[in-house]
Amino acid sequence: MDLFEYQGKQYFAKYNIPVSAGGVATTVDEAVAVAATAQYPVVVKAQVQVGGRGKAGGIKLANDEAEVRLHAKNILGMDIKGHVVKRVWVEHASDIAEEYYASFTLDRAAKQHLLMLSAQGGVEIEDVAAKDPTAIVKLHINPIDGLSLETARRASVEAKIPDKALDGVADMLVKLYNCFTQGDCDLAEINPLILKPTGEIHALDAKVSLDVNASFRHPEWAEYAATEELDAREQLAREKNLQYIGLDGTVGIIANGAGLAMSTLDVVNQVGGTAANFLDIGGGANAELMTAALEVINSDPKVKSILINIFGGITRGEEVAKGIVEAVKRVALRAPIVIRLDGTNAEEGRKILADAGIPESQLTSRPTMLEAARAAVEMAK
Amino acid sequence: MAIFVDQNTKVIVQGLTGGQGRFHGLRNKAYGTQVVGGVTPGKAGQDVEGIPVFDSVADAVAATGANASFIAVPPKAAPAAILEAARAGIGFVVCITEGVPAQDEARVFATLQRDYPATRLLGPNCPGIISPGKCNIGITAGEIAQLPSASGPNVGIVSRSGTLTYQALYELKQQGIGVSTCVGIGGDPVPGTSFVDCLAQFQADPETHAIIMIGEIGGSAEEEAAEFITNHVTKPMSAYIAGVTAPAGKKMGHAGAIVSGGKGTAQGKMDALRAAGVQIGLNPTEAGILMAEIVRTIRS
Repeated sequence: MDLFEYQGKQYFAKYNIPVSAGGVATTVDEAVAVAATAQYPVVVKAQVQVGGRGKAGGIKLANDEAEVRLHAKNILGMDIKGHVVKRVWVEHASDIAEEYYASFTLDRAAKQHLLMLSAQGGVEIEDVAAKDPTAIVKLHINPIDGLSLETARRASVEAKIPDKALDGVADMLVKLYNCFTQGDCDLAEINPLILKPTGEIHALDAKVSLDVNASFRHPEWAEYAATEELDAREQLAREKNLQYIGLDGTVGIIANGAGLAMSTLDVVNQVGGTAANFLDIGGGANAELMTAALEVINSDPKVKSILINIFGGITRGEEVAKGIVEAVKRVALRAPIVIRLDGTNAEEGRKILADAGIPESQLTSRPTMLEAARAAVEMAK
Repeated sequence: MAIFVDQNTKVIVQGLTGGQGRFHGLRNKAYGTQVVGGVTPGKAGQDVEGIPVFDSVADAVAATGANASFIAVPPKAAPAAILEAARAGIGFVVCITEGVPAQDEARVFATLQRDYPATRLLGPNCPGIISPGKCNIGITAGEIAQLPSASGPNVGIVSRSGTLTYQALYELKQQGIGVSTCVGIGGDPVPGTSFVDCLAQFQADPETHAIIMIGEIGGSAEEEAAEFITNHVTKPMSAYIAGVTAPAGKKMGHAGAIVSGGKGTAQGKMDALRAAGVQIGLNPTEAGILMAEIVRTIRS
């Protein structure tokens, strides 16, 4: 789960990482009120989960109330690469002497934590990496050893952080590492990490992605889930506890298992169609789950046909078939279904589907994934 | 022969008295697996349909001589359960638990590596392992696995995705091809056992004559496998990579399945494997058909 900048900064603050005084605002008046508390000059920053806000005009400096009004009015509602700005973060403007970059992620290949640190911050780190790979220090950290202040300082020296900033950066790295590990982040990134003329180190931005598997030990994350930007279909799917991702195509997809669902998308694409979604209903595939899945797909106006791809392992074919028949009765479907049912007791399952008295125009069965995909794509044309 | 588990493997189920543990533990036993005990703290002396339950893994090992463990406990309890099995000297641990936090997985992996190098972890979030006719640990429906033939050729399967593991087993069964061992390594960010671990075992296993590999988007496990194949695998292989059409930045169900920063794409993985001499199917069925051709070539 990706956090907005303001949430990331609030999260950082819990781990004693210094961030600017500020607050979030959804209206111009709120922005003015926050600015007064943060003290002028302030920066008004669009809260969207996409890069390039500054270039798009989503970050503006304001020296007085009139300027805050102007900028907040312009930025709220602004469309930045398809993301509509619903909130702005207003914070006290910082004086900047230097800009650095710091992040922690899990390096899956090495199965260890990875620190990336650079004295060249404030720009896209990919650009730095492309121009001068040696400008980024990469340090692997064994998760059971953790990061000591000493190691953090050594990495800072190696990254050519100037002497005057070394202690501050090393201290900040340890705090950011604690946030990353104790805070169950997939990513904790500060860009830019700034040195103020007064000598303090400070997080001017916050990019935090949380590992939702750790939600059980972070009740405080509930508020972040509430602001997640989901489209209507994704919202409905979440309420039904389905693994759903909305896409732009015309063939609605239901499969059991993430791999099979991905594979179904691929096969639809291979035979010239486009998938409307990714939907994994998991191993169960009973009538309730199937009904919920069909309701979500049915709520997508773009869907012209529905491809159900089930491989019966533990769930036997006849149970899956019964679930589908029941679900088709419950949901008033706008698009025809093509089903491919395979695996344990698939024959019995197909017989149940064939004998259910559902007209062919509404539900047809195909023996293989490829044939089912072809039929569904044909119907979606 | 088979890899990791065979007819001599003695399995205990951690969480045998829970819903999942009971269901799958009993199914594994019914398949013919030696399920010799279960572990649930506080329930020593009870039994689940004749399988004795112990308070700790150490007790279970002392009483039964178990050398493998099947962990079916909730995500909160899984890291401690894995380490308990390792401490008790279990050599092969299968953890099917879905939803273990990545930070916990990383810590568990590092701890096993440092303190318990003799313990191999499969998973978490994996379907398990089956050596058909010998041993089935996990959630695979045993009846979809074709028994290996004494004269061969037999195929080893390694897969990151659960249902696609079954799909691969099924494709081979349709083709009448025997399976030596089928390993589901799971789709999480820090799997205990990697493609490379399995490929090395299959390469060394005399009963395995060819290998089918099912990968998916995200991470670099398939690229690492490709490098290993180039240098160490001489047995013929076919593969399928799921997620060609997955958009960047969206997690496709598995915690590990995400294309980010242009890395971990299906195309990149297919190219790497192709360069290593692996035949690539564009869907699971195609990978199965390619494998059937490989097997026909070996037979003739």
